[in-house]
Amino acid sequence: MSQQHPPLESPIEQWGDDAPKDVGFRNQLRARWRALPETQRIGIVAGVELLVAIGLFRLDHSLGYAVLTVSLLLWMRRLPPIPWKLAAQAAMVVVFLAFGVTSLAALLAIFFAVFWVPVRYRQWTMAGVALLVTVFYPFYASKMFTIPVFGVWPDVATGVYMLVFIMMAVGLNIVVGYAGLLDLGYVAFYAIGAYTAAWFSSLQFANHRWHFGAVGITKDLAGIHVSIWILLLAAGMITALSGIIIGLPTLRLRGDYLAIVTLGFGEILPQIARNGDNLFGTGFNLTNGPNGITPLDSPGFGSGVSNATGHFLPANYLVCCHTTLLGHQIQSTDVFFWTAVVLLLITVFCSLRLQYSRLGRAWIAIREDETAAAAMGVPLMRTKTWAYASGAFFGGVAGAYYASFKSATFPGDFFFNISVFILCMVILGGMGNIAGVIVGAAFLAYLNQEGLANTGQWLNTNIHFIGHLHLPGSDQPGLDVPLFASGIYGLIILIVMLFRPEGLLPSRRIAAELHEGVHDAPLYDAQHAGTEA
Amino acid sequence: MAADASAPTLATRFPRPSLIGAIGILVVLLAALLLAKNFVVAPSRFVEVTLIGLTTGCVYALVALGYTLVYGILELINFAHGDVFMLGGMFTITYATHFFNLHTGQGAAIVPIVIAILILSMLSCGLLNSAIEFIAYRPLRGAPRLAPLITAIGVSFIIEDIGLFFWGPNYVTAPDVFPHSNVFSIWGIDYGWNKLIVVLITIPVLLGLLYLVQQTRQGKAMRATAQDMDASAMMGINVNRTISFTFLIAGALAGAAGLCYSLYVTTVRFDQGFQLGLIAFTAAVLGGIGNLPGAVLGAVLIGLIQSWNEGLPWHMPGSDWTQSIVFSILILILVFRPEGLLGERTPEGG
Repeated sequence: MSQQHPPLESPIEQWGDDAPKDVGFRNQLRARWRALPETQRIGIVAGVELLVAIGLFRLDHSLGYAVLTVSLLLWMRRLPPIPWKLAAQAAMVVVFLAFGVTSLAALLAIFFAVFWVPVRYRQWTMAGVALLVTVFYPFYASKMFTIPVFGVWPDVATGVYMLVFIMMAVGLNIVVGYAGLLDLGYVAFYAIGAYTAAWFSSLQFANHRWHFGAVGITKDLAGIHVSIWILLLAAGMITALSGIIIGLPTLRLRGDYLAIVTLGFGEILPQIARNGDNLFGTGFNLTNGPNGITPLDSPGFGSGVSNATGHFLPANYLVCCHTTLLGHQIQSTDVFFWTAVVLLLITVFCSLRLQYSRLGRAWIAIREDETAAAAMGVPLMRTKTWAYASGAFFGGVAGAYYASFKSATFPGDFFFNISVFILCMVILGGMGNIAGVIVGAAFLAYLNQEGLANTGQWLNTNIHFIGHLHLPGSDQPGLDVPLFASGIYGLIILIVMLFRPEGLLPSRRIAAELHEGVHDAPLYDAQHAGTEA
Repeated sequence: MAADASAPTLATRFPRPSLIGAIGILVVLLAALLLAKNFVVAPSRFVEVTLIGLTTGCVYALVALGYTLVYGILELINFAHGDVFMLGGMFTITYATHFFNLHTGQGAAIVPIVIAILILSMLSCGLLNSAIEFIAYRPLRGAPRLAPLITAIGVSFIIEDIGLFFWGPNYVTAPDVFPHSNVFSIWGIDYGWNKLIVVLITIPVLLGLLYLVQQTRQGKAMRATAQDMDASAMMGINVNRTISFTFLIAGALAGAAGLCYSLYVTTVRFDQGFQLGLIAFTAAVLGGIGNLPGAVLGAVLIGLIQSWNEGLPWHMPGSDWTQSIVFSILILILVFRPEGLLGERTPEGG
């Protein structure tokens, strides 16, 4: 088998105008837009940019300048290659530095530095810069500027949450984006991972005593205590296995039937977790019921490894790192953050390698046409089961790591909303495209953890009628925005599916599938003719 | 060779009993034994619980029919349907308390009022449902099948939050107007009027639906569109209007179910629609999705199973496990008999 990879898709390059023409809301709008004369289009875009810049300027001066600078720079890209263009652009950034907040200016400078890199290296540069920006986030998180409406930048603990959910979204992307199987019960895998970590690193099974590499506990502590690194792998394995067990009988079904079955599993497993303190009346306490399992052992490498690496790898995450680096005292949250980055990198690496592997191409074939794929000799069951198992694996690892970070597992964390929330991340970012999924997941996870609360606060203080809204069931005026989180995700799903079903940063292949329509395309015109008569 | 293979043989006419079939029969037998034991332990309780189950089944039937109508015509699982049902309950409560000032102890005067509320609630939910179709599903008519399904989940969450916005996060209480006195009380079996009224509301609605689908021109158009959308368009049927009409009918059924539920149970909360919707969907699948009598049969069965599970005294799992049982039935049916009890085998069911 040849190992030739097709070129990876760069999101930036796809803003070009070779999208397939077809029916649908968004393309009609696009066609109408294209029909306008060039001068009008330029005028409208410039006007909108100016309006946005003025609006943001009123909220926060430096952001107004930022929008103005960015749009000017983008307009300059349309100019013919005049000499000193680069220098002019650089000068604009410098001018901006004089006006703006330092952190915002630095962000912009990095952004444009990436754009000055030649196109053929740009993709890797972007990935590298994004990684560096992420890794150093704990050092500058507290120094970042305040975004209007959204408030301050997320703190490091929120960063861990975001990374965990990005991991899950990348895992779900294997199932939904690559293989085209709609999984509405992904939360079940998250739950299995979290409970695996909880069972084997807490006092849950107190009548057994078995220690294996766990750190930060005394020798005679009851319960099973296994090292978190083994547990992460074990959680992934167990989750993948349960994915296979769930998948084997159900993957025969197509499309929406499969979605419903996964939804069923996603509802049953949390109920078992909720009622598991007295399983089937036997008195056996499996999950400690609604109280959940807490606390869990702290992760860590143990003092042996820690000393051998010169304290680079901490012995115990919770009581670690009183060193100061680059003027920032390193906290245990930072260590959790970096570990999550490493786990995410592994996930992304596996996902990228899977994408164009033999298995990945089989997934694409199944996604586009199951019958044709089967006719070409793709073993349907085995291929789908692998998609399920690999997606489940990352969900399990993410769940186990998050449980260990929170040091708790509650059945209340595993509602159907979470499944839809992760699905929303995949859809918003762009099914099948890792970069898109990461961006979508980061944004939504941030919204869920901090963004919605901040936005709500801003809305209630700054917009008069929202601040004085009297809603039934709440004793103080105003809109409790986080309460409406799921509706907001629903709205995002609806808008994305109607106007840009391939997501913000689409995979070109999926975009083509969605716009051409895989099923029953030819007779569509007849149907339209019927409605107009 | 080919002739041999295509010729009907004795083996195809009398299929060998499969292992899965045998296990299925065994499970059903075990459940029947459990029920029989319960019947022996507490016969009057059993009959009472069964009557409660029939009442719940009626409400489920109204919701399940909405799922099955929409699935039959668009092959779309309309996740938002359960939440439309919830809004139906909310509309009923609002109309009852704010428009008609309905309250306990009005006697027979409630009959015209309840009928008026029923019509209003059905109308509101029907219009809402066809508006949903117009905004969310129609633009995606040509898209791959998963696109409208994902959209339906989004819409469901939006509707849920509309309920949350206007009616708040707590239980909303409906006036308890259905009389609780007994229709009959023999051998220790009590059957209250409130249960009978639910059945009395449901049956005319069901008969009306049956008449509409089987006897009218519009119903004929619905059946034709469900069979083949393209062919019916070529025969001059306005497909989009027929689909809109189907959503209107489905929504109206959800509105009727909302009325029955809110006046019978007397409390509704914004997030109850989704769960109940899933149960009703299970009922539709159990009976054979796309099949109208099947939906009613499935709904009554699910209502009975739920009520037996929650009400019978001898070794039943109890209400903590109702959802798990219902979803297990859903999964088992989808895996082993995707066409349901009364449905026909579809290619999707494999």
